[in-house]
Amino acid sequence: MGTELGKYKLCVSARSADKEILKKAQDGGIVTQLFKYALEEGIIDGAIVSGPSDEPWRPRPFVATTVEELMLSRGTRYNISPNVSFIKEATRSYGLDRIGIVGTPCQMQAVRKGQLYPVGLRDVPDKIALTIGIFCMENFPYQSIVQLVEDHAAMKLEAVKKMEIGKGKFWVYGERGQVVQLPLKVTHKYEQPGCHVCLDYVANLADVSTGSVGSPDGWSTVFVRTKKGDDIWSKAIAAGCFETKPIEQVKPGLELVSKLATEKITKNQKTVEGRAKFGVDKALRNPYIGPK
Amino acid sequence: MADKIKVGHVHMSGCTGCLVSLADNYGGLLTILDKYVDLVYGLTLADVRHIPKMDVALVEGSVCIQDRISVEEIRETREKAAVVVAVGGCACYGNITRFGRGGQPNQPQHESYLPIGDLIKVDVYIPGCAPTPQLIRNVCVMAYLLLKGNKEQQELAKKYLTPLMQLADRGTEACGCDLMYHIINQGLCMGCGSCAAACPVRAITHEYGKPNVNREMCIKCGACYAQCPRSFFNFDVMNEFEGIMELIDGALT
Repeated sequence: MGTELGKYKLCVSARSADKEILKKAQDGGIVTQLFKYALEEGIIDGAIVSGPSDEPWRPRPFVATTVEELMLSRGTRYNISPNVSFIKEATRSYGLDRIGIVGTPCQMQAVRKGQLYPVGLRDVPDKIALTIGIFCMENFPYQSIVQLVEDHAAMKLEAVKKMEIGKGKFWVYGERGQVVQLPLKVTHKYEQPGCHVCLDYVANLADVSTGSVGSPDGWSTVFVRTKKGDDIWSKAIAAGCFETKPIEQVKPGLELVSKLATEKITKNQKTVEGRAKFGVDKALRNPYIGPK
Repeated sequence: MADKIKVGHVHMSGCTGCLVSLADNYGGLLTILDKYVDLVYGLTLADVRHIPKMDVALVEGSVCIQDRISVEEIRETREKAAVVVAVGGCACYGNITRFGRGGQPNQPQHESYLPIGDLIKVDVYIPGCAPTPQLIRNVCVMAYLLLKGNKEQQELAKKYLTPLMQLADRGTEACGCDLMYHIINQGLCMGCGSCAAACPVRAITHEYGKPNVNREMCIKCGACYAQCPRSFFNFDVMNEFEGIMELIDGALT
């Protein structure tokens, strides 16, 4: 396995030891549990997470400064939550000196760019205390989720208990126990276009990144990547926050993560190359070359 | 110290907010002045009347073309400085001075303000209003490494500064509209929220995950586009974020 999984110090399969977290967690409750630990230990003063809004399944970024607020963010909402938009505000009206932030790989890229090139993020770079990245193949605009759930799956969004992408399908679980699965062939065209140039599947630039792929149901695969991540993760383990299993001993294991990462990167690399000759002697912009 | 680089702060038509930002590095600024930089010119900080020869000129503000001295000074800056850095929105893009139309006391005829790149070649841009102390600091450290570092450090500095040089090369116009023209219209936006966080006047909100720019509020500072991870994203630098941040921290302690 090469660069597709990014740099990491350790990789395990894990789940939260807290039953309350697991009740509404997408998989192993890693993000909520790690932020909860960091919040309680004063490693962070608050975390930018995404929680419910006034529309069903539309996420809204917000700054959680209590465990109760953190609990509202459990679970995945498969559409855009501009979490980075709060990164400066978190240090201003919320007064955070140590920020936690969770996000997709592109949002982790945004955070690192914000630290190395803080063009409009005065006094923010040194206040990022813990970044948690989530595995991501692609994301959807809210309206795509409406289309998929209410049109294709013929369910009311209000009546949906959980959505999940796994085993090659988009799953919609209803409150009354009904399950609808859509083949990914159907969902592909509704994807957010900006995702198609993304060359990161497992949030290579986060302190800790996590996702369901590679681990059994109810567990998550966790990469610990940076010194900061390593420090916080090992303290959380010592405090008994997580149950873990060696990644080598679980099915389907790291091989599947690696396979999906390679698939995403290869496909999107082709898209990036295709953009270079999209028109007749006219290219679409390539952000990896420069801002022009 | 012989191996310091010579840096000057050249003040055109700006509010001095950029200089304040530089000063807001506090102890970091003292370390920079102590170890890496001789401040050879600067209106309020160095008692020097004429623009001297220097390695790096940090230019703040746009140029009023009706003001003879400003025009002379920006030309002289280009002649005397090996590297010209446009610091802040006004020097890069005109920023709020774009809206100047003259009529103000006591020089009502001063009505045309140009980003310095419209008059001289600029090497590096630090956009934003105000530019952040941390980006100014990072550029200062990298400029030092570029001129005085070992081979490895020079390589890193070159890689780091490249996108800021490309921004300088890109032109002198900026607007929140850039997010539409060069990000969304190009199929590159993924709704991370960086632009909204970067905007100093809160002109950007997100509607269903995409930026919505209140164009009346936009002051043309260029922060949103430069902050966007889809304006530029140089993996060779970003992948080394941990080491680079340690290096910069280390340089300042």
